[in-house]
Amino acid sequence: MLEVRYRTARALPLGRAEARPSGVAIRPADAEARFVLRVRSAEGEVAGLPLDRPINTVSGDDRRWIARLGPDEWLIGAPESEADLVANSVASDLGTRAHSLVDVSHRNVGIDVEGLRAAELLNAGCPLDLGETAFPAGRATRTLLGKAEIVLIRRAGPGARYRVECWRSFATYVHGFLKEAAFGIGEG
Amino acid sequence: MAQPFRLSRGGRIDRSRPIVFEFNGKPIHGYQGDTVASALIANGIHHVGRSFKYHRPRGILSHGPDEPSALLSVDRGPGRVDPNNRASVVEARSGLRTHSQNHWPSLEYDIGAVNDLLSPVFVAGFYYKTFMWPRKFWDKVYEPFIRAAAGLGKAPTQADPDRYANRHAHCDVLIVGAGPAGLAAALAAAKTGKRVILADEGPEPGGSLLHDPNAEIDGRPAASWLEETLADLDGRENVILLSRTTAFGYYNHNHVALAERVTDHLPTASGQAPRERLWQVRAGEVVLAGGAHERPLVFADNDRPGILLAESVRVFLNRYGVAPGRTLVFATSGASAYTAALEAKQAGLAVTIVDLRLEADCGPEVARLRQAGCEVLTGHTVVGSKGRKRVTGLIVAPVGSDGRCGGRRVLPCDAVGMSGGWTPAVHLFSQSRGKLRYDDRLDAFVPNISAQSERSAGASKGTYDLADCLAEGFAAGAAAAGSDERRTFSATPTLTGFQPVRVMPTDDDPKKVRAFIDFQNDVTAKDIKLAVREGFQSIEHVKRYTTTGMATDQGKTSNMNALGIVAGQLDKPLPAVGTTTFRPPYTPVTFGALVGPARHALFDPIRTTPIHGWAQSHGATFENVALWRRAWYFPKPGEDLHAAVARECKAVREHVGIFDASTLGKIEVVGPDAAEFMNRMYVNPWAKLANGRCRYGLMLKEDGYILDDGVVARVSDTCFHVTTTTGGAARVLAHMEDYLQTEWPDLQVFLTSTTEQWAVIALQGPKARQVIEPLVEGIDLSPQAFPHMAMRTGTICGVPTRLFRVSFTGELGFEINVPTDHALAVWEAIFAAGQPHGITPYGTETMHVLRAEKGYIIVGQETDGTVTPDDVGLAGMIAKTKTDFVGKRSLARPDVIATTGRKQLIGLITEDPKTVLDEGAQIVADPNQPIPMRMLGHVTSSYWSPNCNRSIALALVADGRSLMGRTLHITTPDGFTRATVSEPVFFDTTGERVNA
Amino acid sequence: MLLIACPHCGNRPETEFRCGGQAHIARPEAPSAQSDEAWAEYLFVRKNPRGVHAERWCHVHGCGRWFNALRDTVSDRFIEIYPMGAQPISELQSEARA
Repeated sequence: MLEVRYRTARALPLGRAEARPSGVAIRPADAEARFVLRVRSAEGEVAGLPLDRPINTVSGDDRRWIARLGPDEWLIGAPESEADLVANSVASDLGTRAHSLVDVSHRNVGIDVEGLRAAELLNAGCPLDLGETAFPAGRATRTLLGKAEIVLIRRAGPGARYRVECWRSFATYVHGFLKEAAFGIGEG
Repeated sequence: MAQPFRLSRGGRIDRSRPIVFEFNGKPIHGYQGDTVASALIANGIHHVGRSFKYHRPRGILSHGPDEPSALLSVDRGPGRVDPNNRASVVEARSGLRTHSQNHWPSLEYDIGAVNDLLSPVFVAGFYYKTFMWPRKFWDKVYEPFIRAAAGLGKAPTQADPDRYANRHAHCDVLIVGAGPAGLAAALAAAKTGKRVILADEGPEPGGSLLHDPNAEIDGRPAASWLEETLADLDGRENVILLSRTTAFGYYNHNHVALAERVTDHLPTASGQAPRERLWQVRAGEVVLAGGAHERPLVFADNDRPGILLAESVRVFLNRYGVAPGRTLVFATSGASAYTAALEAKQAGLAVTIVDLRLEADCGPEVARLRQAGCEVLTGHTVVGSKGRKRVTGLIVAPVGSDGRCGGRRVLPCDAVGMSGGWTPAVHLFSQSRGKLRYDDRLDAFVPNISAQSERSAGASKGTYDLADCLAEGFAAGAAAAGSDERRTFSATPTLTGFQPVRVMPTDDDPKKVRAFIDFQNDVTAKDIKLAVREGFQSIEHVKRYTTTGMATDQGKTSNMNALGIVAGQLDKPLPAVGTTTFRPPYTPVTFGALVGPARHALFDPIRTTPIHGWAQSHGATFENVALWRRAWYFPKPGEDLHAAVARECKAVREHVGIFDASTLGKIEVVGPDAAEFMNRMYVNPWAKLANGRCRYGLMLKEDGYILDDGVVARVSDTCFHVTTTTGGAARVLAHMEDYLQTEWPDLQVFLTSTTEQWAVIALQGPKARQVIEPLVEGIDLSPQAFPHMAMRTGTICGVPTRLFRVSFTGELGFEINVPTDHALAVWEAIFAAGQPHGITPYGTETMHVLRAEKGYIIVGQETDGTVTPDDVGLAGMIAKTKTDFVGKRSLARPDVIATTGRKQLIGLITEDPKTVLDEGAQIVADPNQPIPMRMLGHVTSSYWSPNCNRSIALALVADGRSLMGRTLHITTPDGFTRATVSEPVFFDTTGERVNA
Repeated sequence: MLLIACPHCGNRPETEFRCGGQAHIARPEAPSAQSDEAWAEYLFVRKNPRGVHAERWCHVHGCGRWFNALRDTVSDRFIEIYPMGAQPISELQSEARA
């Protein structure tokens, strides 16, 4: 089914990104492909992405990335145009190894949060220690933001660039929560 | 502008920035840096409220968070009115409007003050003793009376327009209190590079150093040391210094809650910050340096306005440049009050000291005060005070070691500073579940055994000397940061030590003396003695009976005095009486801070489907299902629920209806052992289900009761597309994961939630096939190629679909699964294509009616966690050949296989077809039996059925299947109504329509 | 709020977890062979100790994995975290008396 060309553009729940001039930027991500990969042994690589990195880390780059969320669970992100490519590569790379690759492109919604005080903003609802030691660049984990479950990814490289992934129906709440959190870090 | 009691110099106020606020409508002038209390005192105002029970005039007792009496309503504008603010901690600023409380018609003339004359009536346990009988008085007389009398201040009536923030934070060392000990701890911890948070409840860090102008630390004025220390801490990136931030709760595993007041003190809010911020700090180590509270002396009429704590007099003088009076008497049983007295004398005020201690028990402080020209009466007690709305004199008498009082003398005064010693603030330590120890020398409970990674330092540990506090704080901060660095400080010695006294000796009749212990709840020493005489021995019981320590200040100033009196009455050592439990919050916290951003749209996630906007624009009414908001029905102009549902129900059965079923839970079950796993999780057999075929799955808990249900499609040999109920999605996935991980880790199966990957468009009705035929590619829709309970993949409108031929209505139907972001486009295309066929959107109400007409159960409506498959007539679903599945063994439980008594699903046909029964209504066999009647069961679903043109109902009734045709009686709001038991299916009983 | 050391993710706040009650209650190999009494015991009878308790926890809003833990119900201290299917090394003796 993945070979089918869509006749409709994806209607994203938060619309398309709009630029923010300064401070912490909260930007809904564009449509992306995402897969949940489950496989017992964390050996080798799939679609050019390593499986054997520690739990709660992200590998790859901003375009195509793989976050290891548990001992046998990965979340893979890729540009929408590469969806079929990634899916086929994963399948052929894993060959006969028992695994599950499930398309969750439409289940997940991404929001990028960037800026000097991004960690502080996220801590309005995320109970984790987001300090440099505890959550450096390249970290990724499932956690909570307020009353919603999210996957929090800190992009590799300098600066504080985070990706918040949540389920589609929680996106309005999560986006609203982040915007309110931007107000909440104000100092009067 | 005149502030008659403002000293000409001194204090940390900014005299270049005058402010003005209102108190009971009158302008009060002060300066930036004042509290409401200090500005009121500067204007000669001490009488600021009426007490809770007796409506006695009350003043300002303290300078800090322990204030029990000076509670004001503070109005910061519409919707921003808070009662019960302590005047001693509210920062004065222009624009504030403050009001005294608990009086009518005014603070000066209060009718309620008659209670003071009736005080012999209002003894301890008054309510328990009085409002007992007659019983009928409870509703009409007592409760309204108690409600009217209860509570201090008025709750605001408007919604709070302010916003509040939440912040989770982590640090290696959290230091509570930025007095000398806390600052020294921060210095030591900060040097190690560890992450430090230093929080102080005041607007300015410094604690006692802010009102100690004569002290020196390491050879320089304490104020300079403070400035340097703050500059040092400020310059470090690893330190967060929070002022106006109260650590109010110490929870498990060093989780400490702090309330930061961000904007209340600002004269003009920018609108760019929250009013308050709740910090939830997880600390590696905690240093508690919260200081100590001074104890009042307990003597007759010790509550007159103008009678303050001695240290508070000092604070008002030195920090705010305000004199509480011109002629001061200090009454004390210890040394610390002499510092206050000396500083008052130096400020040019008339000062007399009354000290309970005998001359021989006093230190050099007595001589020093006499040298300064003050009269010092050692070996004297206080037996009363003069005045009403302001103290005018203190009545003192010499007292010997035998407790006998000599001749009385009235010391005229307009303010009194009293000191009954000190109580370390062990609140947070106790909240952390640390164990206290009674220290004889200090006459106080001090931290003993820690329960968490925490240590106390300074006055909160009973260390009062400045140099000792600094050294102890430094050591604590270093140790908390993992360093063994120690250092000593040189500092001006602090006058410490006091003689414990519970009630000041008096020669008055103790039954007539009203010496207050708990100022806020109006509890006197004799109330506590009466409680003990009446048999209350546990301090926890005395507390509740007398209400001592139960006011909003939680007895910060009063608890030790109350404990001491109970111990004395029981003739027990004080530690044997024990302490009451310290509970959060340390000081009152606004609801706003606790709620944080979780209001309005952020109260709870509101989950909507991609069709939500379409449904809104087509006039849908919505209902909440779990966190989802689902279209309930689609009324046309002029239609109510009944009319809309009737039309929708007809449309589905006669033409075609379109329904948003996207909220259904979906789980992708994948792996070589997927079929085996399904076999173990569901009652049904799965091994032989062909690819592309569906089965209705029934899932039990291990106790044999129905947990969930849903249609399952086999996608391939190793993949199942499982659906669950809307509300059960998370529960079912968790249930499956639990078994997979903990019981059968050998099975190679992986579970992934696809609830939100797939939107589901249900198209139901005889014309459903015709509607989608032109839109679908790659799937043969003919009944032969695509029978009921089959699933095919292909495309619809070019979008990939898993197309299910299933029905929850009893009609020919499809459930079209498409990737969620494309669902709206597909929905609109189908809706357009369906126009010639009379396509009608329908909501959850119609869905419920249609399935009830067919007798299809809804988990959670026909089931309630005690219902087995057989109870609802679904025993046929159970695979006969499987040796085991979750819940199978329980289906052989004696109570489950009992031949009589199980409640079974049946239909009910009311005698009057127009009567629609109430869901939940109870069912009996004989309405004339004596009460309590034997209930046979209850109605689980009940609707008006447009297709049957009569009411229909499903019910669970004991042995229901053996009662076919019998008449039963069902409760209604107006008595019983009659109905006949039928099979639980009302429409198309042969079930032919789904195969169309 | 408890701080719980997930074996895969390290220290995480309690809100990310779900407690699954008493540990080491294995589902019988052949449930159908169980007597009514034994089955009732398996289904319903649980300990509620004042002291050290072996519990199942799931890091449901994290890695999603189940594990076992020994927790003292008096002090709330976690004494040991160990995998599903394993037995604890520590003794089930209360360390605190409140």
